[in-house]
Amino acid sequence: MKIQVLGPGCPKCFALMNHVRIAVAALNLPTEIEKIEDIKEIMKFRVMSTPALVVDGQVKFSGRVASSAEIKEILSQYAS
Amino acid sequence: MATIRLSLNSFYKSIHEPVFVPNWLKVGLTAIIWYLLYKNLAMIAKWLTYSLLGFTLGSHLGAAVEFFIFEVPKVLMLLVVVVYGVGVIRTFFTPERTRSLLAGKKESLGNVLAAMLGIVTPFCSCSAVPLFIGFIKSGVPVGVTFSFLIAAPMINEVAVVLLFGMFGLKVATIYVFTGLLIAILTGWVIGRLHMEKYIEDWVNEVETPLENNSNVSISWQERLQVGRDAVQEIVKKVWLYIVLGIAVGAGIHGYVPTGMMAGILGKNSWWSVPLAVLIGVPMYSNAAGIIPIAQALLEKGASLGSVLAFMMSVIGLSLPELIILRNVLKMPLILTFVGVLTGGIIIVGYLFNLIF
Repeated sequence: MKIQVLGPGCPKCFALMNHVRIAVAALNLPTEIEKIEDIKEIMKFRVMSTPALVVDGQVKFSGRVASSAEIKEILSQYAS
Repeated sequence: MATIRLSLNSFYKSIHEPVFVPNWLKVGLTAIIWYLLYKNLAMIAKWLTYSLLGFTLGSHLGAAVEFFIFEVPKVLMLLVVVVYGVGVIRTFFTPERTRSLLAGKKESLGNVLAAMLGIVTPFCSCSAVPLFIGFIKSGVPVGVTFSFLIAAPMINEVAVVLLFGMFGLKVATIYVFTGLLIAILTGWVIGRLHMEKYIEDWVNEVETPLENNSNVSISWQERLQVGRDAVQEIVKKVWLYIVLGIAVGAGIHGYVPTGMMAGILGKNSWWSVPLAVLIGVPMYSNAAGIIPIAQALLEKGASLGSVLAFMMSVIGLSLPELIILRNVLKMPLILTFVGVLTGGIIIVGYLFNLIF
């Protein structure tokens, strides 16, 4: 499983990154989190707002900072 | 005795069990408490200042302290309500939904609609590029897109609440309407100039950003949670500026002779508006940070037009946003954008100095 956080480096993007870290640690997932800051790379995911969370190449949400609880729920579907 | 203990036990048990309180009731009760407190703030501030703290009624210091004790909770309470309300309203507007409302709209009407949607659509200036591409690629005209990009940061709930709380309804309303006007006109002018060729070439090769359904279908409970999160995030970010701004207002109130700034940013000097904008454009601050400065300027005799122009140029035009936009716009278009927007702000500033 591959987790990517899309965001050019604004406070909201850092907040999402932190929430993802918390969720990953809580679920004990052996996965790396990649932060994508290059705007051209971000556009390849066809999102219209940042920050966004991508799991295995699929955009889970965009334009908001989800809580770590919500991210945990999203990621737990991949854990099993 | 045993029966009493038993009934007491069941009583305690019943209050310790989480009671289900419906959302509307929670929101309603909070609103009533908020209203009662807000209505009586003036009285509470008076009592705190003169009875509890013992300042002399009618003294300069007493008036300053009363002003501070009254204004800080007043502005913060207004901020909480408006940020909460706007936060909930924004859950109904996603950038994707705004895009489909704007796609295919003609200019003029499109500019007006875009500027107004700019107020309610959740927008963070770091999203400017994906949003720009999303709009352009799905057929929103360039000028209409600019109307959105100008209105979104400039007319935000924090700026409006602070203006209302500190300078009154008139100034807040004027700010919103002139902000809309500038966004509409600047976007329209940029559209007339036909600068499509100054969009960076790589944008052509990007695939059109998709609808994102995950953001739309959320429950009321989640919408209210978004409102609460917005309050927490924004109040944490701006409370200090508000306290500072009001402290400046309270301190200056009646102490510093007015007229110090009147010579520089006053009504009578023709250069005051362009000068205010010139200082404001390179500055970058959120709406809250600029309020203490605006407060001080106004108190010292700067004219309303110059101060509004200064605020708009600081909030509406920022170097970081321009650097982000440089990814998709070639230099001539960036410069046109800055030029037309600056011109619009200056005109509005002059207009104000003429009228008020």
